[in-house]
Amino acid sequence: MDSRRSSRAVIDPKVRQVGFFTSAPLPPDRTQSDPPDPIRSPPLADASSPGNSLSPVMIPPPRHPSDSLLRLPHSPSDAFPPPSPTTTTTSLGDFSDDVTAASSPPPAAARVRGRGSSVKQQGAASSFPGGGFEVPPSVKAPSSVPASGLTTVSVVKLPPGISENAGGSVSVEVQSDRALNSKPLKEKTSKAERRAIQEAQRAAKAAAKAEGIKTPAVTALANAKSAKSTKPSPQRNDSAVVVAASEKKGGDRSVEKDRKKDVPHPRMQYDDKSRVQKLKKRSVVKPTEARNRVELFRHLPQYEHGTQLPVLQSKFFQLDTLHPAVYKVGLQYLSGDICGGNARCIAMLQAFQEAIRDYSTPPAKTLSRDLTAKISSYVSFLIDCRPLSVSMGNAIRFLKSQIAKIPISLSESEAKATLHSDIERFINEKIILADRVIVKHAVTKIRDGDVLLTYGSSSAVEMILQHAHELGKQFRVVIVDSRPKHEGKLLLRRLVRKGLSCTYTHINAISYIMHEVTRVFLGASSVLSNGTVYSRVGTACVAMVAYGFHIPVLVCCEAYKFHERVQLDSICSNELGDPDSISKVPGREDINHLDGWDKSENLQLLNLIYDATPSDYVSLIITDYGMIPPTSVPVIVREYGRGQLWIYEECDPLASPGRCSDAVFFVDGLIFYPSQHLVLSFWFPDRPPSGLNNDLLERSDNFVTVAENGNFTNFEL
Amino acid sequence: MPDTQALVNDFLNKLKKRKIEGSQATARQTAELLRSVISQQRVPYTNQAGALIDAVKAIGEQLIAANPVELAVGNIVRRVLHIIREEDLSLTTAAIGGLNLSAVSDDENDDDRDGDSTLSAAAVAAAARSTLRPPSLQTLLEDTPVSAAVPQTSSSGGDSEGKTADKSSRSRKLKHDVIEAVNELIQDIVTCHEQIAEQAVEHIHQNEVILTLGSSRTVLEFLFAAKEKKRSFRVFVAEGAPRYQGHLLAKELVARGLQTTLITDSAVFAMISRVNMVIVGAHAVMANGGVIAPVGMNLVALAAQKHAVPFVVLAGSHKLCPLYPHNPEVLLNELRSPSELLDFGEFSDCMDFGSGSGSPLLHVVNPAFDYVPPKLVSLFITDAGGHNPSYMYRLIADYYSADDLVVQRRATAGN
Repeated sequence: MDSRRSSRAVIDPKVRQVGFFTSAPLPPDRTQSDPPDPIRSPPLADASSPGNSLSPVMIPPPRHPSDSLLRLPHSPSDAFPPPSPTTTTTSLGDFSDDVTAASSPPPAAARVRGRGSSVKQQGAASSFPGGGFEVPPSVKAPSSVPASGLTTVSVVKLPPGISENAGGSVSVEVQSDRALNSKPLKEKTSKAERRAIQEAQRAAKAAAKAEGIKTPAVTALANAKSAKSTKPSPQRNDSAVVVAASEKKGGDRSVEKDRKKDVPHPRMQYDDKSRVQKLKKRSVVKPTEARNRVELFRHLPQYEHGTQLPVLQSKFFQLDTLHPAVYKVGLQYLSGDICGGNARCIAMLQAFQEAIRDYSTPPAKTLSRDLTAKISSYVSFLIDCRPLSVSMGNAIRFLKSQIAKIPISLSESEAKATLHSDIERFINEKIILADRVIVKHAVTKIRDGDVLLTYGSSSAVEMILQHAHELGKQFRVVIVDSRPKHEGKLLLRRLVRKGLSCTYTHINAISYIMHEVTRVFLGASSVLSNGTVYSRVGTACVAMVAYGFHIPVLVCCEAYKFHERVQLDSICSNELGDPDSISKVPGREDINHLDGWDKSENLQLLNLIYDATPSDYVSLIITDYGMIPPTSVPVIVREYGRGQLWIYEECDPLASPGRCSDAVFFVDGLIFYPSQHLVLSFWFPDRPPSGLNNDLLERSDNFVTVAENGNFTNFEL
Repeated sequence: MPDTQALVNDFLNKLKKRKIEGSQATARQTAELLRSVISQQRVPYTNQAGALIDAVKAIGEQLIAANPVELAVGNIVRRVLHIIREEDLSLTTAAIGGLNLSAVSDDENDDDRDGDSTLSAAAVAAAARSTLRPPSLQTLLEDTPVSAAVPQTSSSGGDSEGKTADKSSRSRKLKHDVIEAVNELIQDIVTCHEQIAEQAVEHIHQNEVILTLGSSRTVLEFLFAAKEKKRSFRVFVAEGAPRYQGHLLAKELVARGLQTTLITDSAVFAMISRVNMVIVGAHAVMANGGVIAPVGMNLVALAAQKHAVPFVVLAGSHKLCPLYPHNPEVLLNELRSPSELLDFGEFSDCMDFGSGSGSPLLHVVNPAFDYVPPKLVSLFITDAGGHNPSYMYRLIADYYSADDLVVQRRATAGN
């Protein structure tokens, strides 16, 4: 039992660890797991146990056993074949059988069937904490069974000591759970881990319920299991189990909450009358609805433009609940003075900073709760002014989680200072530094003589172009613009001022101009989990034409704008702009055909703000974690969703390039640049990051072949 | 014929200054001009057809040069040339009907009309017949043994008139016939909308969502014909920057009671997933089935292809061009004024003309047309029915004579 826990302790933190790695300062959990003592830190181990226990499930059968055996010469001597009963009793879907089978082999005989079929004993596993491919010994037993992954899961997620009671019911739950959680199979490990956590938690609940209702089979199973778990470390067993049990409940619940938070809430649907009514009651702005709404977009809010501003201005002195800074930002959103994902996000955060600075907790209230409510009211005001962008949503989520994390013991001023610095850090790291990193990446993609096309006005792309120009690269820029905002004109003005050679055209001429273009750089409002790029309307057209001309499309987007939502079209979620700006063409008095017609019943004017670019059209997404293909977005979202903040200052690879090698991995669709922010500790935990110098040779769905110092190694995904 | 020359010059000026908008108007006016040219043209006693052809070619060349991008001009010139050849041939065949040796008379005829081969004359006759009839298996079968079939059919309808006595009446008859035929052509051009619109009900069903870009009279009539037949459907109109003709179309459609939604061009990709059919007009249709269309059409066509939405092009027969395009995006395109995109002087404050290499930093590109390759077109609807892009070359062969594809006077021909 203990060995199992300890081995989990070894692996689990590593699975989560996706941050930047240098050889010198190892993360705490990593160092913890380094000592070869298998019986270490049981509470920690238990808390995390369900997470990694699932890993064998996700590991496909070995493809090149010989390779991996060569690779891990230290392990095979410890290998034990699984006892025969295991294999015989297993049948797909028969969970209790599996459980018995799985638990019957003695732990020492656990066979590894994980990565590259490296066969290991638990001792080896724990003494090589970096050997992340091998699974915890107790888990290996089930995995050796040639059963489906499903059955293995049912075994694995049983929490020690408790859940055996309810083994059968649990496994059924697992199945249903799995059906519910049908998500893309992309991010195998992280998903598996999370699912395992959830399942384990359910198991714990079920166990608590089903206490005392033991079927004979299950009892037998429990006995077997406990017998097995006690063997390796009897001296610690009792206390460990108790601790494990209590820890598990608490820890899992929070994990469960996290998990739930991860699932995006359904968005507000504005064709739901009752909810709209409710919303109206709360709202401050009270906009008038547009008359001729496009039938397809009933679910989106569309208001008469220009009516809100005077109303709001007149209400300034009545809105005492609103901080003036927030109010100001809201007005700026409304009037369109601030637009663009980054600018809006920074403005909002700075307003919140001010609001927090001036905030004082009312008596008999706790800061975290009251402030969260306050922020929520601010946010709903801002939504009234203009629907939130994804970037803002993510920032708000971050802020709220930071508020929630504030310990009650902290004094108000300290808490406020913490929040202030948190926001500052968010702005710096997630936006400003991220942009800088993106620029560094993107500039490498610009060669002399290039003709770069960009659409609209993206702050990231603008920085890239300017930086490349400052570096003395010779290139030409094509700025494609579209109605009604003509944001490209502003970009054009700024670039021409800087001395860049520009060509300006409108989106209809894209097919004409695309002949001479060599690269397309696009900004994004958000990148969704299925790789869809959600951006200014027209981006999809540009990307499509570029794709048709076989020209690479590079999307520049900070990772904080990534979102776990998925979207296939531009209709289900979008934002509607002012319809009047469609009928009027500024500067062209001759275009007045629609004067007086906009009141007609039959005419609708549709001013979409965003569209969704399918991931097929996107060659590369340049983000602060490196350059990734669109298929890797969910991985980034997943890991980013953990709320980890990467500290760029500490080990900015670009600042100190010598510290990291230039190894590149393609794993799970991700291009890993260890010299940048993502290191594969998660996949290659036993490799010191400084020594990475591998070349990708081959990649298939299930494994990658990496050449490493002359040896070929298969890493299964 | 000074008045003709004045007319021609006037028309040339209009073409050069791009005063005539739309291929239909251009086509009609070209045909009318050529009609008056023909009627003014004095025909010699022999070789009337040759004289007419030369005259039309001479003017046609000027017209084409005046606006090479307006392919309708060239089309009409070629059509008129084709008509002259055709009428001449039918008269000749009628005249020689009485003669026993058709081959000999053909040779004679050949000499008359500066060295046209027997085969081509026969081909023209075959083509002439197939224009009158819809293409059928019979026509196709008949076409193969061209040279053999022509004299036989013509001889059956022949009259036993004396050749010499016929000469003078023939010359008058030729001009008269040609003018009649050109009148028919003008009539066809004027009524092509109706003929195309008649087919609307076959293509538009209830509750359909149709997307179109820019403005085209043909599209308007087409949609309205379907509306008149009590079909109710919605139309998305992309405004077609920088000319914004979509606004005009939207207004017309709304005035006629159609549910219309005006969208920006950039929203085409976003909306096309909810569209059942794209119906657009064209500027010209090339022999390979490619379409020269208002700028932005390629975007729409690509988006339609991505979402498997049928892309239907409406084109009157005067838009069918017998040429195969080469690099049409550039060669058959026209760059319009930048002022449609940027106001003059708008950027004068940030342009530094004094320094640097002297080349301006800012270029503005405002093309007028787009080329849609044939693979993106699902269907052409012309006044002769619906056709695949791959069939266009054949349809075009019915309207034009292969001798006229290059409208260029010989170096020796004086003017």
